[in-house]
Amino acid sequence: MSTAVTEIGAWPRVHYLNASYGWKSWLFTTDHKRIAWLYLGAITFFFFVGGAAATLMRLNLIQPQGSLIEPSTYNRLFTLHGLIMIFFFLAPSIPAVLGNFLIPLMIGAKDVAFPRLNLLSWYIFMAGGTVFLYSVMAGGVDTGWTFYTPLSSTYANSNVMSAAMGVFISGFSSILTGLNFIVTIQTMRAPGLTWFRLPLFLWSIYATSIIFILAMPVIAITMLLLMLERFLHFGFFDPALGGDPILFQHLFWFFGHPEVYVLVLPSMGVISELIATFSRKRVFGYSFVAFSSVGIAVLSFLVWGHHMFISGESIYSGLIFSAFSFAVAIPSAIKVFNWTATLYKGSISFDAPMLYALGFIGLFTMGGLTGLFLASLAIDVHVHDTYFIVAHFHFIMVGGAVMGYLGGIHYWWPKMTGRLYSDRWARIAAVLVFAGFILTFGPQFILGYLGMPRRYAVYPPEFQALNVLSSAGASILALGYIIPLIYLIWSARYGPVAGPNPWGAKGLEWTTASPPPAENFEVTPVVTEEAYAYGTEKSQPA
Amino acid sequence: MAPDLSSNFIQASKWTADWQNLFYFEVGIFVFFSALIFGVIIYFAAKYRRRPGNEAPPPTKDYLPLEITWTAIPAGLCVVMFLWGATLFVHNALPPAASTEIFVLGKQWMWKIQYSNGRRDINELHVPVGVPIKLTMASQDVIHDFAIPAFRIKRDVVPGHYTTEWFIATKPGRYHLYCDQYCGTSHSAMVGWVIVMEPAAYAEWLSGGGGGKSMAEAGGELYYQYACSTCHDTGRGPSLAGLYGSSVKLNNGQTVVADDAYIRESIVNPSAKIVAGYTPIMPTFQGQLGEEQILQLTAYIKSLTKQDRVEGKAAKQ
Repeated sequence: MSTAVTEIGAWPRVHYLNASYGWKSWLFTTDHKRIAWLYLGAITFFFFVGGAAATLMRLNLIQPQGSLIEPSTYNRLFTLHGLIMIFFFLAPSIPAVLGNFLIPLMIGAKDVAFPRLNLLSWYIFMAGGTVFLYSVMAGGVDTGWTFYTPLSSTYANSNVMSAAMGVFISGFSSILTGLNFIVTIQTMRAPGLTWFRLPLFLWSIYATSIIFILAMPVIAITMLLLMLERFLHFGFFDPALGGDPILFQHLFWFFGHPEVYVLVLPSMGVISELIATFSRKRVFGYSFVAFSSVGIAVLSFLVWGHHMFISGESIYSGLIFSAFSFAVAIPSAIKVFNWTATLYKGSISFDAPMLYALGFIGLFTMGGLTGLFLASLAIDVHVHDTYFIVAHFHFIMVGGAVMGYLGGIHYWWPKMTGRLYSDRWARIAAVLVFAGFILTFGPQFILGYLGMPRRYAVYPPEFQALNVLSSAGASILALGYIIPLIYLIWSARYGPVAGPNPWGAKGLEWTTASPPPAENFEVTPVVTEEAYAYGTEKSQPA
Repeated sequence: MAPDLSSNFIQASKWTADWQNLFYFEVGIFVFFSALIFGVIIYFAAKYRRRPGNEAPPPTKDYLPLEITWTAIPAGLCVVMFLWGATLFVHNALPPAASTEIFVLGKQWMWKIQYSNGRRDINELHVPVGVPIKLTMASQDVIHDFAIPAFRIKRDVVPGHYTTEWFIATKPGRYHLYCDQYCGTSHSAMVGWVIVMEPAAYAEWLSGGGGGKSMAEAGGELYYQYACSTCHDTGRGPSLAGLYGSSVKLNNGQTVVADDAYIRESIVNPSAKIVAGYTPIMPTFQGQLGEEQILQLTAYIKSLTKQDRVEGKAAKQ
């Protein structure tokens, strides 16, 4: 495809990182690669704030009587943890960091379709994040990330308005990012790059962008109605004002469930790239994996009622939503089987990104299978709102989404920085994350089955042993997250030069220099083969 | 050392056996597919690891029959799980007609339990073994959830609505009761116990406790205190005798069944449904009557039979 592969070890003299200097060159940049770094800095900060909240919660739960912090503080911690991780870390993580960096590189374009809009999206995100952080500084918010009414609209005495405003604002960032990505992928592909030659990462990002555009306006509307009711006493949700609290849940979950797939679909895309590269195989059943992303995006809008089986929706609604919830499991299963089959007769290497990918498949499988329990109407009646739910969605969002994110960061880090990190430390961290994760969230399935409710600052003493196990796992997990922060930062300065294609991977992003030049490609590439065309090279002429 | 966990595995109501069967089936699915995926990945990872001679394997062709197989088998299993879970859920959705009714009122952060004869409990629910119990639940403030893990049931308690759950307890004992829907500062303190008793012991317990007024009697007093009688006993408003469970014709031509929810709505939002032939002159009692008082009034209205209208029972009291 290109002769760049022969330049291994080459360090480009001018690239996007040194093309210009000074804080203005970063804060007013329209280069998608620099904007990716702006997001990376912001969400890494938010990740460790949210993680610190989780650490305090797990410490508190070592004792059944929660001797460390007051329940009112505990309630603020899990609300902060949920809101930060969902809206200010996971939602922007892969799309805004890796998506921003990679979409133009993967399609052979110079930038995204609307570079200035792209920068605006980051500023909107930061504005939302700042308003949200204000609510935390002012004393926090204690409604749970779900903002259920009338607790949030009438009864809570915490900073609901500013927290809701932060979420409201940040949603527009995602909408604009989604719009930008759709137009970019739709119109700016290099000559010869047909839809079915696209890397599967782009199919996932495309599906995610559709959800951004359709679901984010709903959370914005919902937050607006909530603020109107809380501030001006419009009666939308509080029965004392003539409203209906169940209406809020319908609106919230109509956004909320597609949002879950916003978090995990991009990770699925990353996993497809990693599995292909590190087994040197085309992704098995490419078109099935591609269309399952679209299938998930469509079905994700039809399952919101499974959050409400026991909150008073009718039996008939329950039946419909249960059926659709089982249906959405099928495309996920198809992906897992195809990834596994990709390994067949491959040439598998176990670099750190691949460890994350294999870990993802295992944990996502377990998370998905436990989702079937919750889709079953009868079973949900007992396990709903218990630790079973907490364990299930952490398997999807941490075991799935975060593993995919870390795998992706490790995979494309040499492209982003031009340097390699310590593979040994990276593998150690990947194993710690996997083991720590299982130990943290495995016991929570049992706790939930035994009936321990979620969001409890204190709990019956017989649950202590399992909670101590979970907290011990969380400490390992925390270590697994801190180590990469250290060696990645170290590598950006001192790491060995990576060269354009350290993994021997296919894909346009690997044909240009690392770090890429500001305009990505010196000449617009022409694509003549399918994605992941491993093992098809004509035997090297002597 | 931590107390014994085993009490939390107890199955203490009639539907738990059915529930467990489906649960174990799904655990089986979970174990089988997790083991399959982990097993195959580990096997492939070992067998096809990169080594000399295996550095550029030829591509593998897609294989449609395989795609169909691993779509159809999970889909079939999903249909089984859906039907199983749905059947169980639907069959247990509604309480039997002969259920004993107990009233549950959730408020930040306690459970008030009221029995028909006027006995009350706080954070404790006493029930007899072997009898279908229907809980009619209301919330005074935010959404709560009445969860009894030993019975494998829970249900949200939603302000502005009545919700119900029901069970037949099968084992005398003392079981955890939790609020499962986050409800504010002391959510994790909104817990209590369900005490399942032998019928004789239960009857004795129920008749004790100070001999207060029954719910219907308390409701009857409210009926006069809030001057409901000035309209509903004089013909200005529709008579309430024999109302409960009957069909009511509305002025818009619709017909509704007068159940708990209808009576509650007619008290807090009287203009929502106007009985045919009457004018909407009743004021709202929202804010004046708490959920507990509304439950008592409802109990009183339930106690009025058609016969009472003829004999003028209401007027005599």
